[in-house]
Amino acid sequence: MEDIAARSSKVRKILTNFIANEIRRVGMESAVVGLSGGVDSSLVAYLAAEALGPQHVFGLIMPYKSSAADSVADARLVASKIGISVEEIDITPMADAYFDTYAADASPLRCGNVLARLRMICLFDRSAVHGGLVLGTSNKTELLLGYGTIHGDLASGINPLGDIYKTQVRDLARHVGVLDHIIAKAPSADLWPDQTDEGDLGFTYEEVDKLLYLLVDLRYDRKALIEEGFAVDFVDHVYGLIQRTQYKRRLPLIAKVSGRTVDREFRYSRDWGV
Amino acid sequence: MKHKVGLAQISPLLGNVEKNIALCRDAVARAQAIDCSWVVLPELALSGYMLRDLVPEVALTLDSEPIEELSALSARIAITAGFVEETPDGRFCNSAAHFEKGRIAHVHRKAYLPTYGMFDEGRYFAPGDRIRAFDSEFGRLGLMICEDAWHLSVPYVLAQDGAEILVILSSSPARGVRGEHIESSQAWGFIVRVYSELLRCYVLYANRAGYEEGVSFSGASRASSAGGATIAEGPPLDEELVTVEISSHELRRARLATPLHRDERLELTMRELERIADGRYRGPF
Repeated sequence: MEDIAARSSKVRKILTNFIANEIRRVGMESAVVGLSGGVDSSLVAYLAAEALGPQHVFGLIMPYKSSAADSVADARLVASKIGISVEEIDITPMADAYFDTYAADASPLRCGNVLARLRMICLFDRSAVHGGLVLGTSNKTELLLGYGTIHGDLASGINPLGDIYKTQVRDLARHVGVLDHIIAKAPSADLWPDQTDEGDLGFTYEEVDKLLYLLVDLRYDRKALIEEGFAVDFVDHVYGLIQRTQYKRRLPLIAKVSGRTVDREFRYSRDWGV
Repeated sequence: MKHKVGLAQISPLLGNVEKNIALCRDAVARAQAIDCSWVVLPELALSGYMLRDLVPEVALTLDSEPIEELSALSARIAITAGFVEETPDGRFCNSAAHFEKGRIAHVHRKAYLPTYGMFDEGRYFAPGDRIRAFDSEFGRLGLMICEDAWHLSVPYVLAQDGAEILVILSSSPARGVRGEHIESSQAWGFIVRVYSELLRCYVLYANRAGYEEGVSFSGASRASSAGGATIAEGPPLDEELVTVEISSHELRRARLATPLHRDERLELTMRELERIADGRYRGPF
């Protein structure tokens, strides 16, 4: 796998310019970012502060009662290190109002999705308050594996990390100066106690990023991946995950009736007119 | 000679060659059960249509297992079917093969790849560079794949090459629904009738059904006699095995009654086309 660290200054420039360009293009100057205390959201906050100036970045910390205590502490640490303002919204009352009244039997997965979507509601509301776009923090590994909640953490105005694999995120975070212990801690959606990404997924980011890079970026086929030494089951499992979660990476399907359907023949770039 | 032909209005699964081969096998069995001697399957029947980056994953070489299976099946009943072909020189083509008597009788590679509006084929496929008729047990055939039939020159060349039966394999989306009419289907009905009337050929049109990416395929497979009459009309949108009877006597009678075919002046056409083509590259700009 190519080492992104070697070209981090270029990637850093592309991402910071992207943030500034896309936000100013639509007549705004601010960004809103949810801070979890993890490496992805921390990196996005660093890049946004560099792109827009820290006074134009609004961090939102949105713990639930079961969230790890050090998540909030780390998120606050990141905000103070880069000098952005930060607001804490405890989502416990709104989440529990729903759970207690309508979803007492919800599985951990359902609960996690509800929490992710409540955070989305807060972020987009704060986006209206501050006149800033919501920055996405899903990286390329998560997007490809579908490891995210649709209309939850996958929702954003623009996403600077979506083409950067998780292992590359760590390299870039190191280059940008994100605190070491944030880079080093086990990645977690923190939707329930002791949850880790790698525990959920059943493999490490190191392993899967190597596979994804060959499969997606270099277009190795199944046979070639197996020849590279990847286990057959691993290749098939990851391919299946990508295939089954394709809907999360696309707009909802529109039933075609007319001769010019939105997103089918009606094709304008999103930057149309701005 | 009379033959019963089945136009299999199937709904292929996007990207799943194995399941689509099963659909083809099933259509072949159903056609055989009602005494068809030939079954025509739609464009990209083995792969589905909205392929995008799936093209290399579903591509088949002519010696691949699924193609050999269709060859083998054709020992009992002739089959025409569309698929993604990977050519020996590494191009991906939107192809159709005619199988009969246990072998591949002909391969046509779509020459006109629509790349406008909702269509993206030019991005993913290489265009075919041959338009040729060939002999079969049903007479001389000419194959076209969907957009090929929207270019007048294609059926014209096939007819001049001796085709008696023109076959159009299609994955045509339902577009422009006005009241009870689907404009894209109406256009196909018109095209099929006009070609059969003017070229004095049977025209068989096999179009798929089903949905991909919110787009429905319009079905309405159909056929016209060599005299321009509609002789089969399948249902819109739904899956169906549409049948039609073709007869070499009918073809002969249609050509006797209106001998356009006899009177066509190929040299005159060639001369004028050459003059036009030469002129295209003359002049200062």
